[in-house]
Amino acid sequence: MEDNFHKIESDLFRTVRLNRAHILWMGLLSVALAVCLYAYSLQLRTGLGVAGIRDYVSWGMYISNFVFFVASSLIGMLLSAVLGLLGIKWIRPLTRIAEIIALAFAAVAGLVIISDMGRPERLAYVFIYGRFQSPILWDVTVVTVYVLISALLLYLPLIPDLAMGTRVIEKPKWLRKVYSILSVNWKGTPEQFRIMHSSIRVLLVLIIPVAMAIHTVTSWLFAVTPRPGWNSTIFGPYFVSGAFVAGIASVVIAMYFFRKNYRLEKYITPDHFDKMGKLLVLVSLVYLYFNINEFIVPGYKLERSESIHLSELFTGRFAGLFWFAQFFGLIIPIVLLLFKKMRRPLPMLTIAILLFFASWIKRFIIVVPTQENPFLPMQHVPSNFLVYKPTLIETAITLASFILVLLIITGLSKLFPVIPVWEMKEEAEENQLK
Amino acid sequence: MEEKDDKNPDNKKQSRRKFIQNVGLIAGGAVAGGAAIYAGLDLEKRKLPFGERLKLLAADGKLVEVDTAYIEQSPKLVEAVLQLEGREGLPGHKWVMIIDLSKCRNARKCIDACQAAHHLRPEQYHINTLQMKDSPLTASYHMPKPCQHCDNPPCVSVCPVDATFKRPDGPVLIDNERCIGCRFCIAACPYSARVFNWFDPKDAEQDKGVLYNVELNVPQKKGTITKCLFSSDRLREGKLPYCVSACPNGVYWFGDEMEDAVTNGTTKETTSLSELLKINAGYQLMPELGTKPRVYYLPPKNRIFQFEEGLKDEHKG
Repeated sequence: MEDNFHKIESDLFRTVRLNRAHILWMGLLSVALAVCLYAYSLQLRTGLGVAGIRDYVSWGMYISNFVFFVASSLIGMLLSAVLGLLGIKWIRPLTRIAEIIALAFAAVAGLVIISDMGRPERLAYVFIYGRFQSPILWDVTVVTVYVLISALLLYLPLIPDLAMGTRVIEKPKWLRKVYSILSVNWKGTPEQFRIMHSSIRVLLVLIIPVAMAIHTVTSWLFAVTPRPGWNSTIFGPYFVSGAFVAGIASVVIAMYFFRKNYRLEKYITPDHFDKMGKLLVLVSLVYLYFNINEFIVPGYKLERSESIHLSELFTGRFAGLFWFAQFFGLIIPIVLLLFKKMRRPLPMLTIAILLFFASWIKRFIIVVPTQENPFLPMQHVPSNFLVYKPTLIETAITLASFILVLLIITGLSKLFPVIPVWEMKEEAEENQLK
Repeated sequence: MEEKDDKNPDNKKQSRRKFIQNVGLIAGGAVAGGAAIYAGLDLEKRKLPFGERLKLLAADGKLVEVDTAYIEQSPKLVEAVLQLEGREGLPGHKWVMIIDLSKCRNARKCIDACQAAHHLRPEQYHINTLQMKDSPLTASYHMPKPCQHCDNPPCVSVCPVDATFKRPDGPVLIDNERCIGCRFCIAACPYSARVFNWFDPKDAEQDKGVLYNVELNVPQKKGTITKCLFSSDRLREGKLPYCVSACPNGVYWFGDEMEDAVTNGTTKETTSLSELLKINAGYQLMPELGTKPRVYYLPPKNRIFQFEEGLKDEHKG
């Protein structure tokens, strides 16, 4: 038993150290980030016009990316809160990964929205002059709350591990210091465990409505307008169900690389991939249901402006992107993952990567085409006003947000064990008792 | 109908003048209040007045006499007054516009006048003329399209910082000192009436140091919205909007719903708003959206049957 505990400790704390490969990786990301930040400095100097957005399509890549980031962050809520509260055990080694992903995406989503602002230096106006009837204000409020709760949900279950880390980690010294400060004098008494468990429970209950709110409100940024393609009453659940699909893609990709690079094969097993695959089929089916409603119902009625929008999607300028998103974002995962072989780690990774791209494009398809078909004709304007083409600068700024997410995820996963050590020990103990 | 206002536009003008005078007096009073204290101290030292003496109401309600030489204009104060009156509007009025589509020959003089007044780039339209074709069977016609100044404006609802606002006298304005550039209003507007400053505005250099007038939205600012303002600065002076006055074809009628009177920008003829709409079957753009536009259209009789080609990519200027 003691041996087993020791093994778990050393296995899971082994990932907490800075080796050369890791420093190289972080350095590479930082350089790439610096290049992309230069692109942002150009935007600050010259104006938002360096992006391809113009007066008709005025929300482009940035807003699509924002929606994607908020969507991806919902996975923390699904895995830790929904499955956790249901008492599903297999999810335990994945909860911290899910929370890290949730926190990274939600926090960077806030930055993405700033990159879309014409006057970012006036950000504080939203708080000083905020008007409550604007969905932007609701969005700012709930996203901030979600980031806070996600940070707490990452931190609280980390405390016992931090205390453990002060014993286990030899160097670097500063990290041990950080651990001992953050562990807030954790002794592991039953009383402390009781307090921790009940506060986590409260947060898990809280995060469910907050997570629903962030993505529902994000969908309302579109659904509160009268425009075809956005003027939909099911946008809230449509977005939330889509978010779970997108989020699972991120978690599966992270699982795969943590398992390989951090040698966690014993803790993140093929069985976990198998179960995540089944979960993915489930949420994809829910999402498919909302997709059917979202497209078939207006497609049946073919109200004039809706029919223009739908034909742009189905057979028009956006058909390629639309069918790519629907195929790789919905059909492929549902069909392939019904087979057990496809739920093994490598096929799962492949499907997840395709799904990740498809999910991003899906957001683009939701945001952009509607604006290219306004109610009144677009006339007497330069040709780049009529169709939206993202520019290189805009792409670089968008890439910056992904690099930042990667930096946060790899940073956190190197500073702290990515798998909750004390929970693994608890599990080992339970298995022993059986 | 109130005869006096119809026959004698000067009446309106005078009441507006009086209003401006009042605002000026309050503003001046505030400046003078401070100046008076300063002047009082100063005059103690050298009791020689330089110029005329002016009686002013100080902020505390006292009437004071100040030498005009001591009165200075504070740019900050003037700007504050411009903001204040810009948000308040012209009480007692409800401005409306009627666009007679049977008259429009696409002269685009309205656009030129508007873009010159608001220092806009050629592709930035507060008002644009669109070539409309309602169905395959009907002939095309030209349709000038300004902001509809909705009474239920979706753009105002979604603005997170109160940068765009609905004035009691009708116009929807934009305060580019407040705008954060989120462009939610562009997304929400069904009439594509809103324009963004994607780059430095056309006259950025030339407008340096110009006090910002929210009723004119000049100077334009990079990274903020600009839009049709019903020429609120002209309304304050008792004049018709820039586009209305510039039209050579008598397309525009502009006036006050409260007086049920509109004046044609070309002929200067004034007539009853309700009758003009009734006789000509006036209508609004997409009223089914519930936006309640303050701009009305008279149907396009006498359509032009042929349009010049190559419209889609045409870029004037």
